[in-house]
Amino acid sequence: MEEPAATVGVLALQGDVLEHEAAFADVGVVTRRVRRPADLGGIDGLVLPGGESTTLSMLLESSGLFEPIAKSITRGLPVLGTCAGLILLAARVEDGRGDQRTFSALDCAVRRNGYGPQRFSFEGVAEPVGDVLDDVGPLPAVFIRAPLVTEVWGGAEVLATESSQGPGGETAPVVLRQGHVLGVTFHPELTGDRRLHRLFAQMAGRAERAPAGTPARLATGSFEHRPAGEPAPARR
Amino acid sequence: MATANGGRATGTFTVKRGLADMLRGGVIMDVVDAEQAKIAEDAGAVSVMALERVPADIRRDGGVARMSDPALIDGIQQAVTIPVMAKARIGHFAEAQILQALGVDYIDESEVLTPADEAHHIDKWAFTVPFVCGATNLGEALRRISEGAAMIRSKGEAGTGNIVEAVRHLRAILGDIRKITQADSAELYGWAKELRAPIGLVQEVAETGQLSVPLFCAGGIATPADASLVMQLGAEAVFVGSGIFKSQDPARRARAIVEATTHFEDAEHVAKVSRGLGDAMRGEELSELSERLAERGW
Repeated sequence: MEEPAATVGVLALQGDVLEHEAAFADVGVVTRRVRRPADLGGIDGLVLPGGESTTLSMLLESSGLFEPIAKSITRGLPVLGTCAGLILLAARVEDGRGDQRTFSALDCAVRRNGYGPQRFSFEGVAEPVGDVLDDVGPLPAVFIRAPLVTEVWGGAEVLATESSQGPGGETAPVVLRQGHVLGVTFHPELTGDRRLHRLFAQMAGRAERAPAGTPARLATGSFEHRPAGEPAPARR
Repeated sequence: MATANGGRATGTFTVKRGLADMLRGGVIMDVVDAEQAKIAEDAGAVSVMALERVPADIRRDGGVARMSDPALIDGIQQAVTIPVMAKARIGHFAEAQILQALGVDYIDESEVLTPADEAHHIDKWAFTVPFVCGATNLGEALRRISEGAAMIRSKGEAGTGNIVEAVRHLRAILGDIRKITQADSAELYGWAKELRAPIGLVQEVAETGQLSVPLFCAGGIATPADASLVMQLGAEAVFVGSGIFKSQDPARRARAIVEATTHFEDAEHVAKVSRGLGDAMRGEELSELSERLAERGW
């Protein structure tokens, strides 16, 4: 059992907040909805849920949450982003709107709706890479108009990939971790598998003791990968 | 229709319902062309609904209202990155097939368009793309879910700018859900008969206290206060049809309704965004209507 007593904030501006709350309840973690800056006080971790990233970006600005969250992440607040939440964490959004800001906390580039329109949304599996998630094999994964990670560099570590028959049969990273930041392109909260929520609960539970960063690990796959230490490309 | 393709299962109920889950807390806006779609996306819409004419114009002009021209839908899809929904006529599965082929993200089998079948709704299980359907009461909602709808919205009375019918429908659906959770197992058979709904779905409602798909509100939302009202009543997101593009300043009003839908419990915030929006759509008194769109569908 993981240590109890962590309180995880769930950004509740728009999206699938309820499912994350239910998932954390399953692993014994208390959640709190975050709608304004005052709600950030005293949380041990923050979840950026699935939703529409353009809408979430706009509401983060208008509610005054963007700057305080950016500061908290820089200071080491553990953060989990799923789907749209991962887009908000990515260093580069390939086809985002010009005014779409991100927290730039994960060294990766993403393409929004990278798998196509809703009729190509799918249930599949994510194959763990390394031993962080690999205790009982592949994770069931629900991809809803999911972002496609097209490039990973620097300190981002690939924890799982998806390699079923995509348009080019390619392998894409679907779970990334960079120190205290966890990004997932699919929706673990829509399945019964709680491994990712448990992992994040552990990250939040030991937040104060967490080292500044974990060593980068190169993943295999056909996506572009930049060696650690090389500067991140400029955001477009 | 769920299909497996190289380890990927598309069109499953989880995937269909999943997109509705992602839209919760958001505003879906009716648009007739790419220009309006852009305004909607800039204002923070989670999705846009493509249709030939907004409901207020359908009501004014009369005639048969159909699916949009595919060229207009293409244009809207090119203009925005958010999901694009489009309306098909009730029972018009060929229009729905075309919309699926166009790659729209959700189909609204809608009473706002002229029904194509007087007895049958579309068999929505036969599609990979998800469907939303309108309902005026719990029985209608459960019948649509039994046909494969992955999202339910109140019908309200589209094109009126009058929220009274949407409130009636939400209260009817949520009120009956609350009653059913108190019913014993024998009474549930009576409820199924009264609601003309499958017993399995009635039992599920009794057990979970909610529909098996998200419940959104549509029909008559014209102000930020309307959005706050229906969200407080239990809607999980809102559709705005004529209320935006029939108002004096669509961009500002759209933005204000988005803010009010997110911060629906914060009256000070709703008050702030409601200031100086210009004229809302004029609106219609229900007793003066010659036709009730909500009575279409069964």
